[in-house]
Amino acid sequence: MAAAHNFGKDVLEVRSLSMDFGGLRALDKLDLSVRQGEIVALIGPNGAGKTTFFNCITGLHAPTEGEMLIHPPNQGKTQRLNGLKPNRVTERGLARTFQNIRLFPNMTVLENVMIGRHCRMSAGIPGAIFRPRSTREEENQVVDDSYAMLEKIGIEQFVNELAMNLPYGAQRRLEIARAMATDPFILLLDEPAAGMNPQETRRLDELILRLREQEKISILLIEHDMKMVMSLSDRIYVVDYGKKIAEGSPEEIKRNPAVIKAYLGEEIDA
Amino acid sequence: MRVAEELKKSALVSIWFMFLTFPIMVIRVNTIYNTVEWRWLNMALVGGGSFFLSMLWRFMIRRKERGKKKAEIKDGVQLTLIQRLMQNRRVTLSGIVLAAIFAMIYPFVFSMYQTSIMITALIYVMCGLGLNIVIGLAGLLDLGYVAFYAVGAYSYALLNYHFGISFWMALPVGAALGFMFGVLLGFPVLRLRGDYLAIVTLGFGEIIRLVLENWNEFSHGPSGIANIPRPSFFGYDLSLQQVTIWIYFIMIGLVIFTIFVVGRLQNSRLGRAWVALREDEIACQAMGIDKTRTKLSAFALGATWAGMAGVMFAAKTTFINPASFTIWESVIILCVVVLGGMGSIVGVILGAMVLILLPEYLRAFSEYRMLLFGAVLVLMMVFRPGGIITNVRRTYRFKGKATTDGSSA
Ligand SMILES: Nc1ncnc2c1ncn2[C@@H]1O[C@H](COP(=O)(O)OP(=O)(O)OP(=O)(O)O)[C@@H](O)[C@H]1O
Ligand SMILES: [Mg+2]
Repeated sequence: MAAAHNFGKDVLEVRSLSMDFGGLRALDKLDLSVRQGEIVALIGPNGAGKTTFFNCITGLHAPTEGEMLIHPPNQGKTQRLNGLKPNRVTERGLARTFQNIRLFPNMTVLENVMIGRHCRMSAGIPGAIFRPRSTREEENQVVDDSYAMLEKIGIEQFVNELAMNLPYGAQRRLEIARAMATDPFILLLDEPAAGMNPQETRRLDELILRLREQEKISILLIEHDMKMVMSLSDRIYVVDYGKKIAEGSPEEIKRNPAVIKAYLGEEIDA
Repeated sequence: MRVAEELKKSALVSIWFMFLTFPIMVIRVNTIYNTVEWRWLNMALVGGGSFFLSMLWRFMIRRKERGKKKAEIKDGVQLTLIQRLMQNRRVTLSGIVLAAIFAMIYPFVFSMYQTSIMITALIYVMCGLGLNIVIGLAGLLDLGYVAFYAVGAYSYALLNYHFGISFWMALPVGAALGFMFGVLLGFPVLRLRGDYLAIVTLGFGEIIRLVLENWNEFSHGPSGIANIPRPSFFGYDLSLQQVTIWIYFIMIGLVIFTIFVVGRLQNSRLGRAWVALREDEIACQAMGIDKTRTKLSAFALGATWAGMAGVMFAAKTTFINPASFTIWESVIILCVVVLGGMGSIVGVILGAMVLILLPEYLRAFSEYRMLLFGAVLVLMMVFRPGGIITNVRRTYRFKGKATTDGSSA
């Protein structure tokens, strides 16, 4: 099914990215690109540097060297991500979820998604105090948009619950809803299926495919669940000790001896 | 078995207390007759009292824990009676009407002294509500809040001294200067978090006070500035009594204004961002919220209210000097917020009333005032850590489509 897609040009292009933590080289000259509408998986053993890669492109860490470029599909103007603060990166259309869920636990599900809309709204201090028509309309709009997003992700039944009271699987989905609320062109998912049961994982598969279809976004996915990776991805990058050891379609990756060695003892062709 | 255990624990506590207080409670040296009095009765009282109190203490703790478990079982926020009452519209409305009537007739019913104390309390309400933005909403522990209070007070005093600016001009100027200083001081310190922020803001507060104390040419040093005019009343000359009542009503107006603004800020895009920032900074940034700007706006808005309150303070007392702006002041305002209930507007108002009015009326016990104050705070933190009125944040509830949104109908 991967072959059926005809992808556009690159939307994310990372060249020779390195990240040092003191003496530890977490990323070592990593190249990676994601094309429009593509689902790309980034896999590798624990501590390989996958999350660090996300942290670098989303501006949480400043990489030691390398270049990170985006080519947003709608405006088409190439922009550098180096040196941007995390909120600026999000404004430019990259949205992420976190490996260890980072919701706003004491806010409702709706409010969590509304926070995601924050960067697409404009009301400032005067707007908050005087509450002119434009602000009121914006507030109504954000409630509607956020609810619509919850419907899309399929957790609208929890709309008024506090985020911390949600079942685990729903919390993971809420993270996706919150990220999607920022209107990204590329969604970065950090182990979205971690801790889910097989049935929840299957529903997550469907969700990811549906998001790509309906929202016309690209997805970069970190995941340990090989079955999910192999069935979803169009292309896979394998990293180990911060270095890229393989790149290719799921079939190529399954047969790659370097990958098999890195994953020694693990079942790849699930 | 259990009872024996409890008795033993309390007995130990009481023996310990008797031992500790032995030198001050039992022995008294009579310097006239050069004798030592042994007041054994006191020892018995201390022993009995601490025995009883320690029993009570453990009973309360146990009850509290049982309550907590019950709340967990019911899974959800357990509302106290006050909170449930506050959610009832009719009760809220009649409460507001009663409070309004009381506020209106207060200065005519009570003496000038009482009115004057109430003005002080209202100034603290205003400060508390301002600090509530910083601590209660944005979660930034600011211990140098009094610095902005001083900025407001001194801006009125100095501008009046040099340029003869009136109170009504000074009020917005004080607010603006408060905001400006909030931005200026906030910029370097807001990179820090939690305890570090608290310590640095504490330092900044002291710096401002020390500057005022030592820069004689600018601020007249420790001797302060006197003869600051009270607010004018459309050009009429008012007697002291009348002007006190006038200040009282200005304060009521300002407090209402503050409540209005803080309420609106709470339920806005910015207010949501503050709460989210308090919950998880990293996630917040990753969702596109500018951390620095959002924190700075909370800090500066809080400072704005301190600035206005400072102008009011200068106009009320007609004399200010740096001694009015010590850390102690910051601590009291912080206590108002924490005791009242962080994030809760009604809580902060109650907190200010309790903390400012009670000590005034407890002058009879003035020696024990600080002791009582401390005891109340400790007990509050143990039994009601959320404050007098634990804030139930008004969350956005989805009640169906608000606008006519055709596409997904
Ligand atoms: N902030 C940090 N400071 C120092 N070292 C770090 C930091 N973050 C990550 N590392 C180190 O970098 C390496 C890569 O970590 P990273 O979290 O990126 O791995 P990962 O591929 O996401 O692993 P996992 O599959 O377990 O999530 C690890 O050795 C980790 O200890
Ligand atoms: Mg990781």
